[in-house]
Amino acid sequence: MSGFLAILARDLKLARAESGGALLAVQFFALGALLFPLGLGPEPAMLSRIGGGLLAVMALLATLLALDRLFQQDHEDGTLDLLLTAPTPLWSLVMGKTLAHWLLTGGPMIVAAPVLGILLQMSWPAIAGLVVALALGTPTLSLVGAIGASLTLGARRGGVLLALLVLPLYIPVLIFMSGTVTAAETGLAFGAHVSILGALLLLSLVLAPWAAAVALRQTGE
Amino acid sequence: MHRFANPARFLRLARALQPWLLAVTLPCLVAGLYYGLFNSPIDYQQKDTVRIMYVHVPAAWTAMFGYAMLAVASAIGLIWKHPLADLAGKAVAPIGAGFTAIALATGSLWGKPTWGTWWVWDARLTSVVVLLFLYLGYIAIWNAFEQPQRAAKAAAVLALVGIVNLPIIKFSVDWWNTLHQPASITRMGASAIDPAMLTPLLLMAGAYMGLFLLLFLLRMRVELAERRVAALQLARSRAGEAR
Repeated sequence: MSGFLAILARDLKLARAESGGALLAVQFFALGALLFPLGLGPEPAMLSRIGGGLLAVMALLATLLALDRLFQQDHEDGTLDLLLTAPTPLWSLVMGKTLAHWLLTGGPMIVAAPVLGILLQMSWPAIAGLVVALALGTPTLSLVGAIGASLTLGARRGGVLLALLVLPLYIPVLIFMSGTVTAAETGLAFGAHVSILGALLLLSLVLAPWAAAVALRQTGE
Repeated sequence: MHRFANPARFLRLARALQPWLLAVTLPCLVAGLYYGLFNSPIDYQQKDTVRIMYVHVPAAWTAMFGYAMLAVASAIGLIWKHPLADLAGKAVAPIGAGFTAIALATGSLWGKPTWGTWWVWDARLTSVVVLLFLYLGYIAIWNAFEQPQRAAKAAAVLALVGIVNLPIIKFSVDWWNTLHQPASITRMGASAIDPAMLTPLLLMAGAYMGLFLLLFLLRMRVELAERRVAALQLARSRAGEAR
């Protein structure tokens, strides 16, 4: 547990020291979302219809944007080799790093989502659904992303490869996130979508740190 | 298991199996195509387009079988660290991707006359596209690393993570109410398909499976030969340095 907390505190401190770099993902999330009204036209009816799905897609891309830095820096400066030999189990260190990643990407996105929802003319129930969906969905995105980031460590053109590997695995999360928004907007019960998002989160909480740890071990061999 | 991890023994087995596989595959293919395309009843609704089934359904089955095989090979490669299992995964991935592409293309050709559209975002179709991308990602990982050992491990982890997609494909038609028809052959009780249609379908399934295994054995032999060439070149250059 102490290792988990130590690595979490370290990653957050490092991100703050980079001043500005930490919140890059949420800036990308907002800016990307604002491109759509300019590209598709500012019709309120159309915007309110596509707003939820659009923000869900942007959440995927923004998470992806910050992913290749998840282990890259530690791999380059040798920290990773120390983590591999640390007495704390590797999966708990992966959990710490992934939680830090989520606090810096998913967390700010959840805060920014209502504002962007208003700008995209979304209704209040839809915005509420979006916040719930992002709260359950973005941790899953970070966890699954950690698998991809550890697999592509040291690969040629790792960034592009990372997107190719991770985006197919993101599809279920995307489907149920936008499903939650649509159901909330039309006043239908969205419990089923939320339950599946929760199930995906629990599944990735169990599997992703383990898979990422297995992949990280290979870099040390 | 360890008995077949010996490349020399595997090669002997592969060479011995190939003629037998060919002897099963070719008759199955000829008979399946004949019965399927010329001598099976037409559907009362779909007329002749139902014949696309005989090339579409076995391709989808083979694509899923290929991924299951990829995952098993990856698990064996990760757990027992057999280089042959890693090679098996590398050999099987492009074949599986090919059959997935065939299933998607023939499904699209079938969808246009029967559903009126080339493509719908239905759960079965989407999950099969994801299957194709998992295959492509697996192949891409193999190409992205300098050392084959590292590539094999990374690719194997991806293959195991991606296995969650297989039950989604299988049960997508039961879980979601979609355009793609639900399972009609492998279900509890009697098969919902007429024997006159089931026979050519099973013949074609046998032919596809035989073709799949033949291609797999061929690719394994190529992979092993490549490994051998690389090892010989390395030995030769070392000998050159020593002189």
